[in-house]
Amino acid sequence: MSNATITKNEAGASSLRQARLPRWTLPALVVVSAAAGAGIGTAAGLGNTLQWGLIAAVLFILGSYGLAAAVEGGRQAKDRLATSLVWVCFVLAVVPLVSLIWETVERGKTVLDGYFLNHSMEGVQTILPGGGAYHAIIGTLEQVGIATLIAAPIGLLTAIYLVEYGRGRLAKAVTFFVDVMTGIPSIVAGLFILSFWIIILGFSYSGFAGAMALAILMMPVVVRSTEEMLKLVPNELREASLALGVPKWRTILKVVLPTAVGGITTGVMLAVARIAGESAPIVLLVFGAAGINNNPFDGAQSSLPYYIYEQWQLGNEASFNRAWAAALVLIAFVMILNLVARGIARWKAPKTGR
Amino acid sequence: MAKRIDVSGLTAYYGSHKAIEDISMTVEPRSVTAFIGPSGCGKSTFLRTLNRMHEVTPGGRVEGKVMLDDENLYGSGVDPVSVRRTVGMVFQRPNPFPTMSIFENVAAGLKLNGSYKKSELADIVERSLKGANLWNEVKDRLNKPGAGLSGGQQQRLCIARAIAVEPDVLLMDEPCSALDPISTLAIEDLIGDLKERFTIVIVTHNMQQAARVSDRTAFFNLAGVGQPGKLIEIDETERIFSNPSVQATEDYISGRFG
Repeated sequence: MSNATITKNEAGASSLRQARLPRWTLPALVVVSAAAGAGIGTAAGLGNTLQWGLIAAVLFILGSYGLAAAVEGGRQAKDRLATSLVWVCFVLAVVPLVSLIWETVERGKTVLDGYFLNHSMEGVQTILPGGGAYHAIIGTLEQVGIATLIAAPIGLLTAIYLVEYGRGRLAKAVTFFVDVMTGIPSIVAGLFILSFWIIILGFSYSGFAGAMALAILMMPVVVRSTEEMLKLVPNELREASLALGVPKWRTILKVVLPTAVGGITTGVMLAVARIAGESAPIVLLVFGAAGINNNPFDGAQSSLPYYIYEQWQLGNEASFNRAWAAALVLIAFVMILNLVARGIARWKAPKTGR
Repeated sequence: MAKRIDVSGLTAYYGSHKAIEDISMTVEPRSVTAFIGPSGCGKSTFLRTLNRMHEVTPGGRVEGKVMLDDENLYGSGVDPVSVRRTVGMVFQRPNPFPTMSIFENVAAGLKLNGSYKKSELADIVERSLKGANLWNEVKDRLNKPGAGLSGGQQQRLCIARAIAVEPDVLLMDEPCSALDPISTLAIEDLIGDLKERFTIVIVTHNMQQAARVSDRTAFFNLAGVGQPGKLIEIDETERIFSNPSVQATEDYISGRFG
């Protein structure tokens, strides 16, 4: 019986065995299509390497489909086609990101040093090298910090209301307005605070005014992400706690929130990262300043996105360098926040190890 | 400890849907009462009305009386939170708190209620884990996460957690349906021990289990899909399984339907 089966397999008559492309085919195809893309690009006189890359990508997709169709048959060819499409899309998504970081690091590192990080632009001639972004870093940290202090608790409590208590019309209305708020352009949030805080109430420009506009932008993001995280907490855990005779508020505080805290932290950090790069409300509300102002509640401040914009506007070599350096600082700031969030998420994640 | 439950005319709804209708029964203290019946007949719903967990479900409401000794659980001014401290519950799927260690899981009820003395906590945890026949398996790793235990151990951890708050009644909603036969045996033995101290009500789909662990058995049934579930009869377990007074019970037990 088993002998017969083996003989059949060796004869290649088994329906379970089929011709397969050798493993090196795909890497080889990548090299070949890259070379062909470059060749065609040069021949056609295309100066842009991006165009070469796109030609190579198309060749790779067609090539993998064609090869698989010829050797392995129709179903595998479709599988290869889908796989190469996914890979090409992945590369297309990563290329801009990597080139952006590459470009920023390359240009930003020329003036980024200790001096840049702890000096302001006070008294610096804008066409000359020198000066720094200390005042902008302070401004960003304070404005984003205050915005987070306002938006995170409100957003968190709103999400708790929506998931744990909200029923009926009020909850639906809150959800609707949170969705609407998610779509508010940052300039509109800035104009709102401008008309309300500065024009009607008569306060002057300050970091705090900017922080309020940032808080408006941040709140819906915090609500949305926290809501999703709280919904992921299994209902069984709430019931287990309630069945022990634990009141609902303590159940939420001691069981639901700790279970979701990793995801909630990540959500808040991502919201912080989103508002750290906003410049429109800062232009309207914080006004921008060349000197150091440590007090966010009084007088104009700067911030990193505003600083980049301002330096770029000046339009000379030295200010371009400063703009790139500040962009690098901003990216690093956001990246550090993300790493911290991931660290917290991993540290607080529910433990399953033995 | 161990109180008598006296239910009369209990009807429970999910929104406008009537899940169980007009149930009356008495559950004796220091005994095991098993609920059997086909799926959807309202056994679990009825069980959840006994510690006011039914109303946690959106739209859940209850009519009728549940007397715990001489107190009506649904009387005016009764706090569901204190009802649940008196009537504990173990669920179908083991659900230890994933953020807590084994020790913290058992201590959770006391800690979250804030009603404990620090010096007593370790004693209570040890006693509860011994009570749930889990102590020997976990005494060396009390600080490890509770979610790292096997399914059967997790379920016994949940039982330890439930008995740590010293309830009078322990409700178990198919506590063994997610467990293998050996863990099931461990839990059945445990139920036998626990009935010395608690009034136990257990929902089960396993009729052999009902026959093995319970003193009295209640059979629930429903007339059809969408109809409310009803209590068909409740009697000594031996009688239910040998000579039930209602034909439907005999049909169900002998496997003629359901």
